[in-house]
Amino acid sequence: MVEMMKGNEAIAEAAIRAGARFYAGYPITPSSEIMEYLSWRMAEVGGSFVQAESELAGINMVIGASACGVRALTASSGPGISLKQEGISTLCDEGLPAVVITQVRYGNGLGTLFTSQCDYNRETRGGGQGDYRCIVLCPSSVQEYVDLMLPAYELSEKYRIVVIMMGEGTLGQMMEPVELPDFVEIKRTPWALNGHYTYKKIGIFERDSMAEAVELRAKYDEIKEKEQRWEEESIQDADYVFVAYGVPGRATLGAVRELRNAGEKVGLIRPVTAWPYPEKAFARINPNVKGIITVEENATGQMIDDAALSIKKTHKDRNIPAYALTYVYNTPPIGRIKEDYFKVKRGEIKEVY
Amino acid sequence: MAATRERKVPVLVDKPMDFCPGCGHGIISRLIMECLEELGQLENIIFPIGVGCSSNLGAGLECDRLHCCHGRAAAVATGMKRVNPDVLVVTYQGDGDAYNIGIAETFSAAYRGEHITVITINNTNFGMTGGQMAVTTMEGQKTSTTVHGRDCGVTGFPLRFPEMVAREFPNVAYAARGTVTTPAQINRLKGYIKNALEAQINHEGYSIVEVLSPCPVNWGLSPVKAMERIEQELIPCYPIGEFKKRGEGNV
Repeated sequence: MVEMMKGNEAIAEAAIRAGARFYAGYPITPSSEIMEYLSWRMAEVGGSFVQAESELAGINMVIGASACGVRALTASSGPGISLKQEGISTLCDEGLPAVVITQVRYGNGLGTLFTSQCDYNRETRGGGQGDYRCIVLCPSSVQEYVDLMLPAYELSEKYRIVVIMMGEGTLGQMMEPVELPDFVEIKRTPWALNGHYTYKKIGIFERDSMAEAVELRAKYDEIKEKEQRWEEESIQDADYVFVAYGVPGRATLGAVRELRNAGEKVGLIRPVTAWPYPEKAFARINPNVKGIITVEENATGQMIDDAALSIKKTHKDRNIPAYALTYVYNTPPIGRIKEDYFKVKRGEIKEVY
Repeated sequence: MAATRERKVPVLVDKPMDFCPGCGHGIISRLIMECLEELGQLENIIFPIGVGCSSNLGAGLECDRLHCCHGRAAAVATGMKRVNPDVLVVTYQGDGDAYNIGIAETFSAAYRGEHITVITINNTNFGMTGGQMAVTTMEGQKTSTTVHGRDCGVTGFPLRFPEMVAREFPNVAYAARGTVTTPAQINRLKGYIKNALEAQINHEGYSIVEVLSPCPVNWGLSPVKAMERIEQELIPCYPIGEFKKRGEGNV
């Protein structure tokens, strides 16, 4: 059944249906409705909800529940996710799965409440201390967000890794038609701490950090090979290929279709995984492409680095210019993207790489 | 000839641990395990463990345990207990971990009344990192960050956490402080730990036992003198006893 739902509430319900049975977090705009919904909904399905004293405590409660084999969730935004970074690094270190939702808002420090993509670098590089990555999913609609909640948990348990749902403020706040998935059967992970010492976890002083690092690298290589996700349109004959994710990815798709109708040979790669970055999509781009253009809701151009590296890797024989259209915050309108495309074509916007 | 009674070492701690000579951690961890054994809980226990000297417990234990981010054991314990209401969850932390960096988590778990047990080892300094000042450091005490002695006028006074939560938080079921200076004190402490665990087993609420423990290396004292310091200097500031008994004023 399709119904109109507010993004944050649909996402929260989808998490329940994907088996999340523990939530701990701290209120922050524009993600708070997720915890408001779960504050009553968790109890209905026999799960636990804790309004934590801080973001730090919230992620550490998630560590506790995850260590016990329960699908655990926390959600936040900008500064709240910064506070969680030590905990996310610890989840990665311990090989504990968890899903962390961030409904990105623009700005440094306290920032603003405008919908944005300014935290791309933090989420895709592993924002805490150490040498790790998280799988980063970046849906472009409420329906896609909802549909990715179960794969998020499955990926996090398969690889014992943190999955970041990198949304945007808009995706939490807007209403869209949604079809909710069915409930999955709940099982605890076989390695859970249960008080009976059935899983013989070794102590920290017995760990071999060198061997673990090598294993971790192999795990990340496997994820890069197997888990790249993206959507594409008209990239095999395109002169210019846009690269955009999330809600700007939708706007860019609109621009690409209108430009095509006007005779412009343009295409789009919309990453669904921001890490692993969909390099394989770039291998499918027209060998004679004239340039790639990222569309980003930030000021400095963040995804451009990954896009430029990917085109360099897949089109080794040519130095293809990579442009970044950066709109800081709020979703760029189709018309604006089209205007800026023509500026790129006329040489009025300089390439970044 | 008097018969010698051989005391069995609880299976959970039957492994060497790397505490300094004269340290109190060994006695305390042994007491916890004896209590778990006597309460039939050896196979029903998870330890979220703090960062500091307390971390050495994790090396010696043969049971479910998780090393937590520095200071966050009470939050980790909250997550563990909420999803395992019938498993004992006992944090093992130092004073720096629980009361300095982790005061928000330690305080808030007590405030909510999580059904966990918090064991805090108070040796009045940060032991593992070289004896820096903690909130528990005594007035005038020399540490590596108070080389002329702690000036409480600018650094604050020793924190008495169990008394505070016993007094202020209705969801605290049991709060006590013990020490390890004499066999009599050790037996008394064991009673406190057992009460704290029983409070959790019976779902009575939050329980905490703080233990005054010697740190001869960082105090610059012999093990015997360190025990004497506890008796003479610490206990007058940090009274031994139960600040909230089970069944007292519980909501």
